[in-house]
Amino acid sequence: MHVSKPLTAISAIALFTSAAMLAAGPAPQSAKDLKGAIKIDGSSTVYPITEAVAEEFRTEAPKVRPTVGVSGTGGGFKRFSAGEIDISNASRPIKKSESDAATKAGVEYIELPVAFDGLTIVVNPKNTWCTSLTVEQIKKIYSASGGVKSWKDVNPEWPDKPVKVYSPGTDSGTFDYFREVTVGKDGSVRADMSVSEDDNVLVRGVSGDEGAIGFFGCAYYFENKDKVKSVAIDGGKGPVAVSTDSIENGTYAPFSRPLFVYINKKSADRPEVDAFVDFYLANAGKLVGDVGYVKLPDAVYAKVTKNWDARRTGTQFTTPSGDSVQGPLATVYE
Amino acid sequence: MAAVRSASTRLLANRAFLTLCLAATSIAMLVLAILLLAIFVQGWSGLSWDFLTGLPSRKADKAGVFVALMGSLWVCAICGLLALPLGVATAVFLEEFAQKTRFTRIVQTNIMNLAGVPSIVYGILGLTAFARMFGAFGTNVEDAISLGSEESLFFLRIPFGSSVLAGGLTLMLVILPVVIIATQEALRAVPGSLRAGAFALGATRWQTVWGITLPAAVPGIMTGAILAMSRAIGESAPLLVLGGALFVSGAPENLMSDFAVLPLQIYNWASRPQESFHAIAASAIILQLVVLFLFNGIAVFIRQKLQKPLQ
Repeated sequence: MHVSKPLTAISAIALFTSAAMLAAGPAPQSAKDLKGAIKIDGSSTVYPITEAVAEEFRTEAPKVRPTVGVSGTGGGFKRFSAGEIDISNASRPIKKSESDAATKAGVEYIELPVAFDGLTIVVNPKNTWCTSLTVEQIKKIYSASGGVKSWKDVNPEWPDKPVKVYSPGTDSGTFDYFREVTVGKDGSVRADMSVSEDDNVLVRGVSGDEGAIGFFGCAYYFENKDKVKSVAIDGGKGPVAVSTDSIENGTYAPFSRPLFVYINKKSADRPEVDAFVDFYLANAGKLVGDVGYVKLPDAVYAKVTKNWDARRTGTQFTTPSGDSVQGPLATVYE
Repeated sequence: MAAVRSASTRLLANRAFLTLCLAATSIAMLVLAILLLAIFVQGWSGLSWDFLTGLPSRKADKAGVFVALMGSLWVCAICGLLALPLGVATAVFLEEFAQKTRFTRIVQTNIMNLAGVPSIVYGILGLTAFARMFGAFGTNVEDAISLGSEESLFFLRIPFGSSVLAGGLTLMLVILPVVIIATQEALRAVPGSLRAGAFALGATRWQTVWGITLPAAVPGIMTGAILAMSRAIGESAPLLVLGGALFVSGAPENLMSDFAVLPLQIYNWASRPQESFHAIAASAIILQLVVLFLFNGIAVFIRQKLQKPLQ
């Protein structure tokens, strides 16, 4: 029986390679071979970022199955604290009560900011008088005690036109953040606002009402620049207009808010979760722009990556006594 | 003697009433037509094979509806397969077998009330009972008990977590009262003479139900089933509470797979800031309508096949 030459050569090579592989032991696992499911849930604001990362991760590790839900920041933390999910998307830092629940269930977490969202204050395009507002003025408009009925109440030079106030749903992380930086944690917001869970409804509302004022994430403003007019914010250092630059460098204060992912420390030991979060942090800066958010400064991403690699647990945004830490991310986050 | 109204007044009243009814109908039809037209104008161009087989994406032109569509089909199939037998059996028991006691009256009242409970309440119930099983097995994913192989279609994990099975069971709770009440109405509409005839020939209660009453009630039951399934396929609130996902990497593979459903996907796309996502939300709505007609078509087909003349 004859065995043709090339075939012999191939079998010889095959023999050698398998021998070499045996000698070298199991090859280091590449992302392509990773398997398993990653359970993610939480904020619908952060969802588009995580969706974008998961979409790109598909080519990196096709056998890993991430699932991303949208049960809201609070709903996500409820499941996260019980250990039901690996990663929680959050549009605000974890609260003391949520952190306590996690500790009680034996869940340790790693807190990672991934992007900025700039809350944009908008008015109707026909509103020519209001081009900038101080934080104090915004507080007066939105607080229950401010008693603002007409634009004249905000600034005596402005016309006597009724103010119509629009706001995102009071359960949303967006509203939580806005309330804290304007009327304060214990202050009450006026009751006669038009509230909607869908920010597109707010866009339509403000664009159809000359005296309207509203706020929502900058992604909705960037898509609707022709329908609504943004108002520059004066945080004490002169008015600053909303833009990707002013949000990223922190001058659009206090309305650039960080968005987070929280990782269960136990899940981080699994290679597929480890690879996914590595990929997330390496690509977030490139991907967040696609979905209308603003990337963090590179120095902050470096800190985030360092904390992730060191598996630093706990939150940096709540003091042990339960007070929230205020200030721009670049200075607060270590 | 009361004055007899003239023939012309009576005819006028008749015509006025007819006009009123026609106006009412046309208003309803007009609203529906405008709605459908708006959806089709916005969404028709987005429908393509790629859209049907595509996976979720951050770019609207690359995003597809495949996982949400398959998730909806899986969840509704599980829901229908469980809710119809259970609901029909309950109705048969209550109508044909049970004595009218205080107990059955309480059950009856409860079912009537449950039909009006907001579906999100069933979502909370489903989350506690099916997804978490009252925390009896711990909440950590690693604590779950696995039964069978993960490659098998009938792979089970206890507690169920936010799986297609838990989703189907939760939707079953939502539509069960509707199915029961529709079946009861259908059974009551069967003439008593048919039952009496069967009993007179010496048939047992079981033979009467299976051979006479149920076949005669099938059209009514199927109409109820259509309404119930239409409700199930449009539900999003209970599945959102249950932890139904939005981004899933593929169609469900077994009963324990995570899933997305069309209504959740539509809501998410419609509330995105980008205009292009609103257009594919409309495309997904058209698809949802097609799936709805498909389910209804199956029910109508069964009705035609099983319908027997009463004589």
